[in-house]
Amino acid sequence: MKRILKPRERERMLGTLYSAPMGLWFTLFFTIPISIIILYSFLKRGLYGGIEWEFSLSAYQQMFNPSFAKVLFRTVWISVVSTLLCLLIALPCGYAMAKSKHQTFLLFLIIIPFWTNSLIRIYAWISILSSEGFLNSLLKNLGLIDQSLSLIYNNQAVIVVLIYMYLPFAILPLFTTIDKFDFALLDAARDLGATKLESIIRIMIPNIKSGVSTAFIFTFIPIFGAYTVPLLVGGKDSTMIGNIIVDQVSKTRNWPLASAFSMVLTLISLVGVFWMLYNGKQEQHQKKNNQQALEQNIKLHYSQRGRK
Amino acid sequence: MKGVEVTAQRVSRSYGDFKALDDVSIKIKRGEFFSLLGPSGCGKTTLLRIIAGFDYPDSGSVAFDNKDILPLPPEKRQANTVFQTYALFPHLTVYENIAFPLRLRRADKATVEQKVMEYVKLVQLEDHIYKKPSMLSGGQKQRVAIARALINEPAVLLLDEPLSALDAKLRQNLLVELDLIHDKVGITFIYVTHDQSEALSVSDRIAVMNKGKVLQIGTPYEIYEAPATRFVASFIGESNIFPCTVLSCEPQGEEYLLRVEVPQLQGEVYVTDSIAQEVGSSLDFTVRPEKIRISPNFSRSSNATINTFKGIVEEPIYSGFQSKFFIKLEKEPSTLVKVFKQHTVFLEEGPEIQWKDTVYVSWSANDGYLVKDTER
Repeated sequence: MKRILKPRERERMLGTLYSAPMGLWFTLFFTIPISIIILYSFLKRGLYGGIEWEFSLSAYQQMFNPSFAKVLFRTVWISVVSTLLCLLIALPCGYAMAKSKHQTFLLFLIIIPFWTNSLIRIYAWISILSSEGFLNSLLKNLGLIDQSLSLIYNNQAVIVVLIYMYLPFAILPLFTTIDKFDFALLDAARDLGATKLESIIRIMIPNIKSGVSTAFIFTFIPIFGAYTVPLLVGGKDSTMIGNIIVDQVSKTRNWPLASAFSMVLTLISLVGVFWMLYNGKQEQHQKKNNQQALEQNIKLHYSQRGRK
Repeated sequence: MKGVEVTAQRVSRSYGDFKALDDVSIKIKRGEFFSLLGPSGCGKTTLLRIIAGFDYPDSGSVAFDNKDILPLPPEKRQANTVFQTYALFPHLTVYENIAFPLRLRRADKATVEQKVMEYVKLVQLEDHIYKKPSMLSGGQKQRVAIARALINEPAVLLLDEPLSALDAKLRQNLLVELDLIHDKVGITFIYVTHDQSEALSVSDRIAVMNKGKVLQIGTPYEIYEAPATRFVASFIGESNIFPCTVLSCEPQGEEYLLRVEVPQLQGEVYVTDSIAQEVGSSLDFTVRPEKIRISPNFSRSSNATINTFKGIVEEPIYSGFQSKFFIKLEKEPSTLVKVFKQHTVFLEEGPEIQWKDTVYVSWSANDGYLVKDTER
């Protein structure tokens, strides 16, 4: 006899079916590679690259080398500074775009740079910042400086180019949340005695929190793992974790150590994602609590009425 | 008396080709409950936004107690607004929403608590102070907005269609409450609405607006009983309005008795007016449906022959306390005269006037009036 499925069950099966390609994709290109990395980080390094099948914690022990600690520290501060500056620039941009009549055009302007390879864009920055580059010759021609400024091959250059590369990732989520924000609230705040700045800090920022945290994650995670930018515009003291991983894989050929550093990157990124999810959950939880309180209040109200 | 006198003088505001406000002058008395009444797009909200400081006039001046307020930003004006969409801060509780203006002034904790609770009591929200706006009903949200706007003790409270998002019953209750709050705080209220019954029931005075112009300013009684233009007559309450031509005009005591020719009634109508009209001028004759007497038989009282028309009940609409009739005139079947009849006695046999009955409609010369069509 043919088994008849209830609509609910059928839906569930269809759901599994529909999500199969996505599941396959993630298994092939995410779960399996990351498992390999986890596995490699706990193995012994091979003499000429590769690994030997023997359990070892030496990769993690090597990480506590002071020179690596310095790089880790630098990676953190460069990432934090560039991310915060990104947000500071992206906030007014998102605000202006949400208020603008030409949203599609402005969105288009933000997307266009992605049509050019990122390496080419970094080389463009090199030609702007280098000692005989565009910026220095402009300042010289204007008579503002006599000698070239050293604008490139230092940490500042790394931060500038990182901000340039990841600014769109901060602008887009901020724009979408600000676009949904009710600007009448700002009028109300002004009306009640707030200055323009006060109204933005006290009313707008708390109401676009989700956009801010999304923008933070979207910029912080890729910046934290960046390696081309510090490699091409950084100086010898601009190395970041990403560069160490590349070096360990291709030059020193210490695959377990490279894997261990990848693990650190992944873990820190995961912490960020969980923080975002937790924030979202908490808001939902609060809503649910409020809902229950309301229902109780209504019940109480009616029971009191009944007694009268 | 608290509050200030609000004067707008020759205020104009255009958006491109659209004239939102066209040379508007209004003087609102201290402590008055003043309504700006008109259909959407008449400029009433623009005027309110100019007084609040969210919009600026192209020309003209706005003053509180003769002090020009146009150079002041919204936060410096002694006016607070209750917004149509409430504009409550979604991330703050009811308590914090109401406390917001005090927090901005960095008031100390004891003052904040004492004042917030005072205003929470004024709007009867004691049970809801720890709720977020998303958990409140429309009426509760509006009360929060009112308390929040009043806690700064402004001289003027601006209300931008505050009740339009609420259902009819609740609107009536809140309207009464609003009137009580006005009596308690005693400041100037400027109330914007498109709902004539709201404006009539609570206002001290009303300004009727249309297409960026103020057509008439007066008490609810004056506006209803003596509309200045055809638009006012048709917008406030219900009216029978017919174009007419003046045939004669004779003084009668302090007033004038006019005889006008009304083509749509196929006859002449007698009407009194306080001003003399030129013979031959084209005006509109109007009479309120509730002022028209309707009876199944021709009444033989002394001057019953004037302003009396014979017709057939085309459409009776029974609505409990009254009936609405549309009477098709015998002489001019294309004209329908609207008549309201109050049911003041027990109707054992049902309404005494039925569909297709032949009836006589009549009104006294005092109850009709002549208006100008300023938009023609």
